[in-house]
Amino acid sequence: MRGANSTVVLIARRLGVAAVTLLLVSMVVFTISSLLPGDAAQETLGQSATPEAVAALRVQLGLNVPAPQRYLHWLGGLLSGDPGQSMTSNLPVREIIAGRLPKSLLLAGLTATVAVPIALAVGIVSAMYRGSRLDRVLNVLTLSMVAVPEFLVATVAVLIFAVKLRWLPSLTMVPEDATLAQFLKAYALPVMTLCFVIIAQMARMTRAAVIDQLSQPYVEMAVLKGLRPARVALFHALPNAIGPIVNAVALSLSYLLGGAIIVETIFNYPGVASLMVDAVTSRDMPVLQACAMIFCAAYLLLVLTADICAILANPRLRNP
Amino acid sequence: MTEIAASPGPNAAARAPAGVRRRPRMSLSGWIGLAVVAFWVVVAIFGPLLAPYRVGAIVAADVFESFSPRHLLGSDYLGRDVLSRVLSGARYTVGLALAAALLASATGSALALFSVVSGRWIDESVSRLMDALVSIPSKIFALVMVAAFGSSIPLLLLIAAVTYMPGAFRIARSLAVGLYQMDYVQVARARGEKGLYIASVEIWPNMINPMLTDFGLRFVFVVLLLSGMSFLGLGVQPPHADLGSLVRENISGLGDGAPAILMPALAIATLTVGVNLLIDSLPGRVRRLPGEA
Repeated sequence: MRGANSTVVLIARRLGVAAVTLLLVSMVVFTISSLLPGDAAQETLGQSATPEAVAALRVQLGLNVPAPQRYLHWLGGLLSGDPGQSMTSNLPVREIIAGRLPKSLLLAGLTATVAVPIALAVGIVSAMYRGSRLDRVLNVLTLSMVAVPEFLVATVAVLIFAVKLRWLPSLTMVPEDATLAQFLKAYALPVMTLCFVIIAQMARMTRAAVIDQLSQPYVEMAVLKGLRPARVALFHALPNAIGPIVNAVALSLSYLLGGAIIVETIFNYPGVASLMVDAVTSRDMPVLQACAMIFCAAYLLLVLTADICAILANPRLRNP
Repeated sequence: MTEIAASPGPNAAARAPAGVRRRPRMSLSGWIGLAVVAFWVVVAIFGPLLAPYRVGAIVAADVFESFSPRHLLGSDYLGRDVLSRVLSGARYTVGLALAAALLASATGSALALFSVVSGRWIDESVSRLMDALVSIPSKIFALVMVAAFGSSIPLLLLIAAVTYMPGAFRIARSLAVGLYQMDYVQVARARGEKGLYIASVEIWPNMINPMLTDFGLRFVFVVLLLSGMSFLGLGVQPPHADLGSLVRENISGLGDGAPAILMPALAIATLTVGVNLLIDSLPGRVRRLPGEA
C-alpha cells in the first residue's frame, strides 16, 4: 500500500516539475520574442514614422503596458485558448492553428505507426544477437542513420520515387475526397523521411533496454534451463523490458518535432511546423509564440510520459 | 533532442576512465570515421586553396550541369562550380560547428565543475535552470531566436552553443559528482584546497576523455542544426554559404537530379556519419560486450 502511495506522490511531483518547467519555457519564449528585440511599433513603421504614429501603434499593440503585465495577459490568452491575432493575416491565431494542428498530428501518428514496430523488431533482434556480425552491422547502420540530415533523406527519396520512378507525388496534397490509395501515396514520402531517423534512434534505445534485461540473473537461469534464445527474449526478458522500451519510444518520438520542421517545409505540408517557419520569415510573433509553445508542450509531454513509464516500470525508482 | 539517445549514459561515461588504459583496438568503422573526419578537417583548412574556381564566379556554360572533367561536381543554379562552392562551404559548416561545440562543451563543463564544488544550493539551482533550458527543442529555440534578432553568423554560433550547453552540463555534472566522491578528492578537501584547485587539478583531468567523446556528439548536433537552419533559409545568409545553404539554393535542380543539390547534402552526411562512427569506437565510450552487464 505504501509503495502505491509513494508512486502516486512521485508521479505528482513529476507533473508539478513539468508544469513549472513549461512556465519557465513560456517566460523564455516570451522574453526572446517580444521583449529583447526592441520596440515592435518603431520597427513596423520604420525610421521615418512620426512619433504620434508610433505612439498610436504602441497603444494598438498594447506595448504601453509594462512587460510583466503583457506577459501575464499573453499567458492568460494562451491558457484560455486565445493566443491573439496573427500580424500578417489578421485572423485569430487560434483559428489558424486549429486548421493546422490535426494535420501535424496525423503526420506524427502515421510516422509512429510505421516506425515503432520496425524499430522494436530491429532493436530486439540486435539485442538477442548482441555482439554478432548482424548486431555490429545494425549498429553501424543505425549509427549512420541518426547522423544523416533529414533534407538529404527527403531529397534522395524525392529523386528516386517522384522524379525517376514517378511512383509518388513530391508535394503532399490530399484532395478532400481522396481514396485510401491516394492518401497513402501522398503521405508515403514525408512519413518515409521522418521514419528514417526515428527508427534508427528508437532501435538503438530499444536494444539498450532489452540488453539491460538480458543480462539479469533470471535470464541466465532461463538460458541454463535450455530454453531457445527467441523464447528467452520474447517471453522472459521482453515483459520486463516494456517500461524501458516505452521510455525509449517516447523519447525517440520527441525527435519527430525537430524532423517535422524540415519535412513539412520540403513537402509543402500544411502543418504547424511549416506554419512556424513561415511565421519566422514574416516575423509574425503571435503565431510564432503559439507554435513554439505547442512544440515545447508536446516535447515536455513526451519526456514526461517517458519518465512516468520509467517510474512505473522500475520499483527501485519509486523509493528514491 | 538527439542527445538523449546518442550520448553515452551517465553510468557508461563515469566508468570510462578505466577503459582508457585498456586501449582496445579501433574497429574498421572507427578507422573509416577517422579517415572521413581527417579529410573534412583538411578540406575546412585548405579548401579555398584547392578550389579550382573562385567561389562566386559564374564559370560553366550551363546551369545544373552533371559531372564533367571541367567541373568535377557539375555546376549550380547560376552556373557556378559546385566543387569550389562545396570546398568553401565546408569551411563555414566545420568552422561554425567546431566553435559552437567547443563553446557548449567548455561552458557546460565549467558550469558543472563550479556547481559540484560549490555545494548543494548552487548545484540544485543551476541544475534546475539547465533542465528548463533543455526542454526547449533545439530547432524551436533557433527559430524563435532568428525571428527575434534576424540571422547572422555570431547569432547562429550563440544559438548552437546555448542549445547544446545543457546537454554537456548534464554529462559533465554526472561525471564530476562521481569523481567528487573519490578518496583523493576528499583528501584534497581535507587538506583545505580551494574549490578552483579541486575542480581544475583533481577532477577535470579525469573527465577529459568522456567529455571529448561528448564534444564529438555536440559537434554532430550543431552541424545538423545549423545546416537544417540554412536549408530553411534562416541560417548562414548570402553572400556566405555553408553546405546547408548550398542545398537550399539548388533545390530547383532536384527535378533534374543535379549533383549541385546532392553533393553538398552528401558532404554534410559524410561529415556527421564519420564523426559518429569515430566516436562510437573511441575508448571514452564504454561498449557493452557480450555477457557484460
